[in-house]
Amino acid sequence: MDADARLVLIVGASMAGLRTAENLRRAGYAGPITFLGAEPHAPYNRPPLSKELLQTEGQGHDDVAFPIRSALEENVEWVLGRAAQSLDVERQVVVDETGAEHPYRALVIATGLRPKPLPIDDHGLAGIHVLRTLDDAVALREALRPGANVVILGSGFIGCEIAATAAKAGAASVSVVSQSRIPLERALGPLLGAEVRRRHEAQGVRFFCENGLFGLVGDPGVERVILTSGVMLECDVLVVAIGSDANTEWLEGSGLDASDGVLVNGGMQAVRADGQVLENVYAVGDVARYPNPLFDEVARRVEHWNLPTETGKRAGQVLAAHIRGDDCATIVAAPFAPLPSFWSDQYDMHLLAFGLTYLADRSEVVAGDLTDECVVEYFRGDELVGVCGIGMRGAVQSYRSRFAAPVAAH
Amino acid sequence: MITIDVDMNKCQHYGQCVFEAPEVFQLNADDKLEYQAEAPDEMLGDLEAAADVCPMQAITLTRE
Repeated sequence: MDADARLVLIVGASMAGLRTAENLRRAGYAGPITFLGAEPHAPYNRPPLSKELLQTEGQGHDDVAFPIRSALEENVEWVLGRAAQSLDVERQVVVDETGAEHPYRALVIATGLRPKPLPIDDHGLAGIHVLRTLDDAVALREALRPGANVVILGSGFIGCEIAATAAKAGAASVSVVSQSRIPLERALGPLLGAEVRRRHEAQGVRFFCENGLFGLVGDPGVERVILTSGVMLECDVLVVAIGSDANTEWLEGSGLDASDGVLVNGGMQAVRADGQVLENVYAVGDVARYPNPLFDEVARRVEHWNLPTETGKRAGQVLAAHIRGDDCATIVAAPFAPLPSFWSDQYDMHLLAFGLTYLADRSEVVAGDLTDECVVEYFRGDELVGVCGIGMRGAVQSYRSRFAAPVAAH
Repeated sequence: MITIDVDMNKCQHYGQCVFEAPEVFQLNADDKLEYQAEAPDEMLGDLEAAADVCPMQAITLTRE
């Protein structure tokens, strides 16, 4: 087999793409790898974008870039600053936005997410931000000058972390506008969500819950926002943080099931809308939708930070076996049951969680004190589906083994 | 030999590394990270896995 015949194309120069490439090398694949990335940057770590990088003047790509390990110094091509535009699985070609064709023998889809846009007309006003990329973060950091009036639409992790960073950066006012009843309610439940709100309010952040944006006022930049409740807020900086959509438009017409992220089997191999598995097409990271037997058989797209690494590891192992010509059926049939984990830093509050807390219908403080440090368990019926702590990391870590036994595959 | 350096200004003691390479990383009784500064080459895979899962990306590995 010649070198080109083993070409691996990774679309998305992301953490998930990088981890897949590293694990391909670890599993013995020494052939060519091409990264095609929409952003101009080599893979970097996104969590600091709403925290350290957002509050530290001068920080840039060097401060968040993942190290490129020696195994990826040879035989790797980086095509950056070009988004993929279409995929043809029959011809095995990806076309980028310039019209250039990228043939592959095996394809890894790692195109991730993008923020949902402002849900109302922005009238072309300046001062409206989202936060996903490094360039987004640098632009927002410049806007978050002391004395700014900051309005954040959305009370998920990104919204709450930006609120904390803006409050620390000396904003004149920080307001969080949210459809939900309680910030972070979906992710953390009503107990922890209310405690997060209390801690933010102690720092001067205001919450406008069960609320939305009705209109914007200003010229040329936003100056005020009008909420659906009729309240008017001063606003120099509006941040839209109401969740993300999977970057799958370029897969339209490819035959893949990309209705909410790319449906894959337990080997991260793409499943077509007709149910056929494509053994040379993989999806990893935030864009992948797959069942996790730790919880049930429902295929989900889960945005927790540790999963790009877990899915990349799995895809790298399966793809290396596929390239060697091994029968992948045994590897693919072994349960893929990564334990989701996330964390969040807001002020001096350090949250650490395992599991899928948002599947829970009930949560309970089982140790510590909610207003200080604590451990909260999350249940779906009688089943423990997640745990989250404020501090108390040792106690939270000890839960990992409680999720270790996958339910039997049917 | 592999040299391990943890940037303690970044580290938030989440302990994710402990599960990938418990021979090198531990959380002590106060939930603070403690680690060995050196490890043999054969631990590279585990150490890279530990560096990968660090939420703060605070772990640097150097091969000598």
